[in-house]
Amino acid sequence: MIAHIQAIAATEWRIGMRNRWVLLATCLLLLFSLVLAFLGAAPVGEVKAGRLSVTIASLTTLSVYLVPLISLLLTFDTIAGESERGTLPLLLATPVSRSSVIAGKFLGHVAVLALAITVGFGIAGGLVLALYGGTATDIAALVRLTATAIALGAAFCAIGTIISASTRQSGTAAALAIAVWLIAVVLYDLGLLGLLISAGEGTFARTIFPWLLLANPADAFRLYNLSALDLGSTATGIAGAADGLTFPPIVALGVIGLWIIASLTTAIAVFRRVEP
Amino acid sequence: MNDVLLDIRGVTKRFGAVRALDDVSLQLRAGERLALLGHNGAGKTTLFRAILGFIAPDSGSLSIAGHAPGVLQARRTIAFLPENVAFPKALTGREVIALFARLKGEPVSAADDAMARVGLADAADRRSGTYSKGMRQRLGLAQALLGRPRLLVLDEPTSGLDPLSRNDLYAILAEISQSGAAILLSSHSLTEVEAETDRVSIMRSGRVVADASLRSLHQDAGLPIRIRVKASDETIGEVSGTLGGTRLNGASLELLCPASDKMARLAAISRLGEKVIDVDISTPSLDDVYRHFSARDGREDRQ
Ligand SMILES: Nc1ncnc2c1ncn2[C@@H]1O[C@H](COP(=O)(O)OP(=O)(O)O)[C@@H](O)[C@H]1O
Ligand SMILES: [Mg+2]
Repeated sequence: MIAHIQAIAATEWRIGMRNRWVLLATCLLLLFSLVLAFLGAAPVGEVKAGRLSVTIASLTTLSVYLVPLISLLLTFDTIAGESERGTLPLLLATPVSRSSVIAGKFLGHVAVLALAITVGFGIAGGLVLALYGGTATDIAALVRLTATAIALGAAFCAIGTIISASTRQSGTAAALAIAVWLIAVVLYDLGLLGLLISAGEGTFARTIFPWLLLANPADAFRLYNLSALDLGSTATGIAGAADGLTFPPIVALGVIGLWIIASLTTAIAVFRRVEP
Repeated sequence: MNDVLLDIRGVTKRFGAVRALDDVSLQLRAGERLALLGHNGAGKTTLFRAILGFIAPDSGSLSIAGHAPGVLQARRTIAFLPENVAFPKALTGREVIALFARLKGEPVSAADDAMARVGLADAADRRSGTYSKGMRQRLGLAQALLGRPRLLVLDEPTSGLDPLSRNDLYAILAEISQSGAAILLSSHSLTEVEAETDRVSIMRSGRVVADASLRSLHQDAGLPIRIRVKASDETIGEVSGTLGGTRLNGASLELLCPASDKMARLAAISRLGEKVIDVDISTPSLDDVYRHFSARDGREDRQ
């Protein structure tokens, strides 16, 4: 089975490398990272937080929007597209198991995504480091950001795979992917803020709200990285509202891990019901 | 018999109100070549999907070399070439076949052999997206050849191919069947598969309406032989009086008779001696036989 997973992952990787869209995503990520690193950080100057720390805080916010989007766009077509183009029957007539197909495709996509993120953040962070210097802590934060952004992307790759396995049409899958992105990255936070304001100070704000916030992998990612950075005042918006929450940051990573496992399991279950 | 590779018994599959398969039974033995014929919508692809385990029948049973459809051993037994085969366009032909070799547990070197066998060695490093329909079909066949399958299932392998590529394809299939593999292929045309199969099954509206060798299919159809007799203007009256039949234009007449009466009718004609100028005999063509089975009271069935 490992050989099957490897073969499919290598194929997805190869297709990804030849896909202009993936190249575009990488360039986009790099461009945004550079803009944030050199323009976004300018007004802060040399205040108490180091230049690299501030850059990392900006990249964290960027990742919350861009990484789920890239991941969903990378994966929404993976099964639906094969179904539509008619390559699925051939694949599923071979001895490969459906779980190996999902696992292989997932790993291939995560590898492509990891490359894009590492290139984007690595070049931007590396340039800041070279020009302004940074402490060992800063470098650790950059590595942490890159690794957790890949984990966040993996969660959304798995979610995108569920979407792709649940429909035969690429178009429907694309619409679903955009809807999921809007909900996870924009609407969910807005809804939570609304709830928080209407509930006011009380049990909701102290006990339920933090967990609801954590339940969203994008928010979990943001909380983890910003709390690890310890920038305090830089954390604004909903992350600021979650300041002083009482769970250890590692729980946030656990949430992302749970999302990956649960989504992959669901994707396999959904794919098992597909009749090619 | 233990060399039955494919055993289909009483399989029925409905899609809503449509009976795509209606009590279908078929057996296929090692080394045998069976062509499954039928119009569009007759149920050929549905039957293949059931054989591959993609869909479960509503009733009846299928067995592939003793295994249930879709289980690992069944998938190792079968190689499949779908109708309108497609591949990831960004991959080269060699990469596509190498992927299938790995999925089938074959060494990657088998990919090159398979590409050479279908005549794609020169195009192996081009992206499959640039291949013509015939090349795609051959790539699909290369994939099917990997791993010495015991049963080849090919859904309309020649549709859209020019006669030359069609002959190439049948030549490769003949080689495979000589090595002992069973072949099940579907087609629209009985004439085309005539020389290429041992047996034909004709499907109509989900049912198998004929399953026999070509020779017995002719007999089962019981289509009449057509004899045309040409006489002169003076003799046509007498000839027609003796033989019966229908007058055609001028001095010709047409006789329809069952195959068993052929010699008796010819003897009667030759007794007329010089009064007959010419005789033309036409036995029913394969297309006639196919039309007979695949369209017989077809309208009532369709509703
Ligand atoms: N997934 C499906 N859903 C509904 N009807 C189907 C489906 N697949 C096939 N059919 C119907 O079943 C019948 C047989 O189709 P098919 O097996 O594709 O025929 P063939 O391959 O002989 O052209 C057709 O009437 C077709 O419309
Ligand atoms: Mg068909």
